[in-house]
Amino acid sequence: MRLISARLSAKRRSPLAGLVVLLLGLLLTGGAYAVLAPANAQTDPADQSTIAKGRSLFLVGCASCHGANGEGIVTKNGTQYGPPLAGVGAAAVDFQVGTGRMPMARPGVQAARKKVVYTPDEIEALAAYVASLGPGPAIPERDAYDPSTIPEDERNEAIVRGGQFFETNCTACHNFAASGGALPGGKFAPSLRGVSNRHIYEAMLTGPQQMPVFSDGVLKSSEKRDIIAYLNSIEEAPNYGGATLGSLGPVSEGLFAWIVGIGACVGFAIWIASSSVRSKKGIKA
Amino acid sequence: MTEHDNPTGTTPQPRGGHGTDVATVEPAGDPIADPGMHPHEPRPTDVDEKAARRAERQVATLFGLSSLFAILCVVSYFAFPIGDDPAIILGFGASNVALGLCLGLALLCIGIGAIQWARKLMSDVEIVEARHPVASSEKDREEAVVALNQGISDSGIARRPLIRNSLIGALAALGLPAIVFLRDLGPLPGGDLSSTVWKKGMRVVNDVAGTPIRPEEVEIGQLINAEPGVFFEENAEGEPKFEGTHLNQAKGKAAVILVRMKPSDITPAKGRENWGVDGILCYSKICTHVGCPISLWEQQTHHLLCPCHQSTFDLADNGKVIFGPAARALPQLPIMVDGEGYLVAQSDFHEPVGPSYWERGER
Repeated sequence: MRLISARLSAKRRSPLAGLVVLLLGLLLTGGAYAVLAPANAQTDPADQSTIAKGRSLFLVGCASCHGANGEGIVTKNGTQYGPPLAGVGAAAVDFQVGTGRMPMARPGVQAARKKVVYTPDEIEALAAYVASLGPGPAIPERDAYDPSTIPEDERNEAIVRGGQFFETNCTACHNFAASGGALPGGKFAPSLRGVSNRHIYEAMLTGPQQMPVFSDGVLKSSEKRDIIAYLNSIEEAPNYGGATLGSLGPVSEGLFAWIVGIGACVGFAIWIASSSVRSKKGIKA
Repeated sequence: MTEHDNPTGTTPQPRGGHGTDVATVEPAGDPIADPGMHPHEPRPTDVDEKAARRAERQVATLFGLSSLFAILCVVSYFAFPIGDDPAIILGFGASNVALGLCLGLALLCIGIGAIQWARKLMSDVEIVEARHPVASSEKDREEAVVALNQGISDSGIARRPLIRNSLIGALAALGLPAIVFLRDLGPLPGGDLSSTVWKKGMRVVNDVAGTPIRPEEVEIGQLINAEPGVFFEENAEGEPKFEGTHLNQAKGKAAVILVRMKPSDITPAKGRENWGVDGILCYSKICTHVGCPISLWEQQTHHLLCPCHQSTFDLADNGKVIFGPAARALPQLPIMVDGEGYLVAQSDFHEPVGPSYWERGER
């Protein structure tokens, strides 16, 4: 040890000594930063393996439209084939893949809800990979979207408030009873019935496809939860007035009135006017 | 059928079974002669006493069922609880379902019974009713003209123009009250239609919650249904500044939507370059066609649709109408950021919002 220090000491005036000290300093700083830097979720080795798994799934199932690195693909005439995914966040992946919208079966104006292709673990891995491409909204915690976390005595109030937010922000497209509605060019706002609370929350947070974004900064997390509480309450509520015919308003009601109502009237009219059975018995030859 | 066939069409067959002698003249050259009535065939209930009694029982059963349903209807009115804790059948309100079904079936059974009665048991005779000309006979028409002329000469209205003219004047004057009353259906709006409560420095706040909005909280593709901050403010006595009808009238003009797009997608018109904040634009929420509130926004196409008549506005292009019956672009509200970092209006709208009206002119 002393020998080494003596040798080092002997060479301390060498022209290379400054360079060596600089390198040592840099190494030390880099090492110290790696150890002491604020713990970033993505430095976790378990996460790294999830991301790697997500990337391999991504390359097989998503890269053909979204590009090998999620950079997006633009068609010859300038439209998006698959949009870039940097910054869409894990929440967008959990929504799109978790509701079966992605992967799309074929390019089209709108990805429709269908059978989910990936397992929850695979969706988590895909979400982790896409989240690693750029900062975006994370998959929300259960407290954020689950209306059962609202205290019992505040729940009715929350449902009423949620109904007001729903009427103001959602009914224009999704219909007053959350049954969905048509948009131009073959697009549509889907029905919200039977959609899980988490996916509704993620849709508001990320604004999938033509749906606008409702960021947490403007429509607070608790306000989104109120909307979900309202949606749950109308889904559970019995139809006091009778069959709703899908709550689609004049379209389905008119169809029913024309076909069933007027059809029955026509049927009775035909029955009244039809000639009844005749007997040959009484005819005089 | 063969005995009535008349291929030449020149010598119509004599008809049988007509109860009247009117309009028996066949148009010349009618290729198919009137076949007349077919011979009467009795119904089984006419010739078979058993069948008649069976039909009688059917009709009576239907009328009996009707009485039963009427009674059940009254019973279910009292039996099923309504209100806060109603009884439920198959996911429907029990009271509604039972009342509707019972009353409907009671009426239906009377109807079906009556039809069955008429078809099986009431008298069964074929009748021919001839068509008559619509106009009255010449004689009736002449009599009417004579009576009218007699009335005119009896009243002397032609001879006494003073009476005639004063009567016309009296009838015309009776129209005046109607004109005055209908004209006065409330105070005229004056200049109210061309201005809203927006003014320089008023905060743009989220509807329902009333939270002010910072531009950094608004993401690309975001839609915010917003209102002027004054609707959520209180006066010195702690009362809301706007309430009831007053609030609704002001809201009907001042409601806005905020949207954020990529600044590179926006093509502002001359003079509107600084009306937005980093791609955040503010437009009137009131359709320029007939004033429906519109917030159906497609974030990728930047199109805003009116659900009433499908007017479509391009918010990236100054609210231009690209489809539908709206005649005028959607008015844009110029916005900026105040000292505390919240979005506020630069001024009121530069044009009247909502549908056209008589005094609006070409603005």
